[in-house]
Amino acid sequence: MKHLGFSGEEILETINMVRTEKLDIRTVTVGISLFDCVAGDGATLCDNIYDKVTRIGRDLTRVSAEIAREFGIPIVNNRIAVTPVSLIAGRCDAAALTRVAETLDRAAHALGVDFIGGFSAHVEKGMTRIDAGLIEALPTALAATKRVCASVNVGSTRAGLNMDAIAAMGRTVKAIAAATAAQDSIGCAKLVVFCNAVEDNPFMAGAFHGASEADCVVNVGVSGPGVVLRAIEEAGDVDFGALTAVIRRTAFKITRAGELVGRAASARLGIPFGIVDLSLAPTPAERDSVARILEAIGLDGVGTHGSTAALALLNDAVKKGGAMASSYVGGLSGAFIPLSEDAGMIEAAARGTITIDKLEAMTSVCSVGLDMIAIPGDTPAETLSAIMADEAAIGMINRKTTAVRVIPVAGKGVGDWVDFGGLLGRAPIIPVHTMSSRRFVARGGRIPSPLQALIN
Amino acid sequence: MPQAPGSRAPGTLSGRAIVTIIGADRVGIIAGISTVIADAGVNILDISQSVMRDFFTMIMMVDLGASDVSFDALRERLVRKGEELGVRVEIEREEIFKAMHRV
Repeated sequence: MKHLGFSGEEILETINMVRTEKLDIRTVTVGISLFDCVAGDGATLCDNIYDKVTRIGRDLTRVSAEIAREFGIPIVNNRIAVTPVSLIAGRCDAAALTRVAETLDRAAHALGVDFIGGFSAHVEKGMTRIDAGLIEALPTALAATKRVCASVNVGSTRAGLNMDAIAAMGRTVKAIAAATAAQDSIGCAKLVVFCNAVEDNPFMAGAFHGASEADCVVNVGVSGPGVVLRAIEEAGDVDFGALTAVIRRTAFKITRAGELVGRAASARLGIPFGIVDLSLAPTPAERDSVARILEAIGLDGVGTHGSTAALALLNDAVKKGGAMASSYVGGLSGAFIPLSEDAGMIEAAARGTITIDKLEAMTSVCSVGLDMIAIPGDTPAETLSAIMADEAAIGMINRKTTAVRVIPVAGKGVGDWVDFGGLLGRAPIIPVHTMSSRRFVARGGRIPSPLQALIN
Repeated sequence: MPQAPGSRAPGTLSGRAIVTIIGADRVGIIAGISTVIADAGVNILDISQSVMRDFFTMIMMVDLGASDVSFDALRERLVRKGEELGVRVEIEREEIFKAMHRV
């Protein structure tokens, strides 16, 4: 076709990526600054927040649907990220902060978006009264709302780990699990405990609109484990150099699609384009799985020896392909390894061939952390804190984002199943270590920031 | 703002789209689809057909510039005609293919 710059094969490749390999734009996330919503009293603050969020986000779902139809790529989720609430809530106490969460929930509902992120605080160095209030409000806020996502940054490479905050977050996760016990403790699935949180991540539950961001911005999260899986299978038994080239090329194409969609959304919404985040984010659909990619690389089952190395090469190749494809790659960009959202992970957990220890090792080379892992409901708060401390330490030392989103499912134990529904998926409850970390967590204070030299 | 890949300015679209028809070959497919396109005032710039991956495949490049039918309406008409003819018809803006396959 002389008018085209591309061949029929290329056209069909794109169409097949969408139709059979489930390439999609996982999320178009509009970030909205709430700094100009600050008010002297809680009621005005809530009114200002509601007005601004619903005004800026008003056309989001309509524009997304339009773009999806025109480019032939499904846009699965539309989301909103706001300035961390701890930065704009002034003198709110825990009860007033819960009302802010309810306001965000109403705004999300009005816009037809499934999640709104930013009920967040950054406490890696120390905690203000308002940070403490927000953490205190988490159990009621997450139980009273459906769409609000929360995050708390408890550590960073520059600041070290705030162990007092980590101790508080262990107790808080327990309280959230209890507050949402009737729905299998689903509140915990809406909270991420971060180290080195990034300010432009479009993916939930950890999205928020960082303090250094502009007034509003469009960020796009692209996914495509199914596309990468197919490409690896088609490549056959090639060596690692050739294998990473296949992954890089695929990541490049996916990222370009994401940037196109992001810029089209930006133009039609009249909101500046921020970044495209290429993250291989699995869904419970059979081939839309990062675990299956690791298995296609050559492992009989995810979790066995070699899993960490396979994930490392995958994560790095995805980043390299994405970085070449767009000037503005940001967010988390890499491979996610959530348990309950990935068919291959779920299978491995049911078989007992993936453990929380191996998952922790894998998080040292994946793009985020211990994600969507259901653990026994009687796990002590100190153990939860110690899990968070381990994960945050990996992030702090390796200068990367790590996160913990574990669900101690109230009333359930090892071997029971939990079903969160939809993209959050289902999982068997896996064991955690039962020897106590109580004395470790009880010390309090901070783990100092690490040396940035002598790094072996 | 920096330029988007494959387009002249951010959000500026060429107005060209790719129509893909996939299915079993039979009499009247080109005629049927072309009629829908012509009735919408859309110009066919190029057309090719072949057997690829065991499917009869037709690919058309069309120019929506002179049409007063919306993209969505044209898409719906094409899909409906495809169902009548027993083939799968899709239309996507050309930018998506440019973005993915050309540096």
